[in-house]
Amino acid sequence: MARAATTADAFNAVAEPRRRQILDVLAGGERPVNDLVRVLGLAQPQVSKHLRVLREVGAVDVRGDGRQRLYRLNGHALKPIHDWVKNYERSWSDRFDQLDVVLEELKQKEEGDDSDA
Amino acid sequence: MTVTRSGSATVTLPTDEQILITREFDAPRELVYEAFTTPDLVKRWWHANRGEMTIAEIDLRVGGKWRYVMVTDDGFEVGFHGEYREIVPNERIVSTEVYEGLPEGVSQEDGATVNTATFTEADGRTTLTILVQTTSKASRDAIIDSGMETGLQDALDLLEQAALSLR
Repeated sequence: MARAATTADAFNAVAEPRRRQILDVLAGGERPVNDLVRVLGLAQPQVSKHLRVLREVGAVDVRGDGRQRLYRLNGHALKPIHDWVKNYERSWSDRFDQLDVVLEELKQKEEGDDSDA
Repeated sequence: MTVTRSGSATVTLPTDEQILITREFDAPRELVYEAFTTPDLVKRWWHANRGEMTIAEIDLRVGGKWRYVMVTDDGFEVGFHGEYREIVPNERIVSTEVYEGLPEGVSQEDGATVNTATFTEADGRTTLTILVQTTSKASRDAIIDSGMETGLQDALDLLEQAALSLR
């Protein structure tokens, strides 16, 4: 499905694999664009485009240091996603823990049926 | 009875329109499929221990409808329904899903997701993946809202984990 280029919220920003990769790299500390270009193996304009999206939602911050521009992660902007994923994950984990109980019974019932046969 | 937990569910966001849920079970896939598609069994696990399921209707055929309703411990009624689009017994179920608490102004069509449940067995263990494909940002946001509303938050724990980054 086509995605509007202007759509920018935190979920959208981190859904793109390359942008997630950038966030992973920045999780290790502040980096200049050149580092990101090297690690990602992308052309600088593409990296800059991803960085712009991340900046728009506040997921990364930038500061100038001489001729370099240094990017760093802003975890605070990503917290809503992290919270949501963790909640959703917990809900499914609890659901599946209950399913484990049901499956255990089904397994025992099946073994019982086998021994009757 | 002691139950061997196979691990917790993992949730990822492969694209901004998809949610992927993965979990392994210590049981053959026929049994996981049975527990997934039999109303009386669904009623025993789908509530995730947060309330009681009052309705589990499953008409398991292409074009058939399903509807799940639970009442949470704090009194909220949470309902979902949809239609089966593709059924490969013990392997795959594709169905639509609509959250019945969609915000006003979001049509059921926009709010629906298409969920693909896949059952894969290896060495007597089954991996269940559920790929939730949203059709619009509205439906994705509705899912996010539904997760918030069922009161699953454990704020302190999350604050600690989330303090610095997504990792």
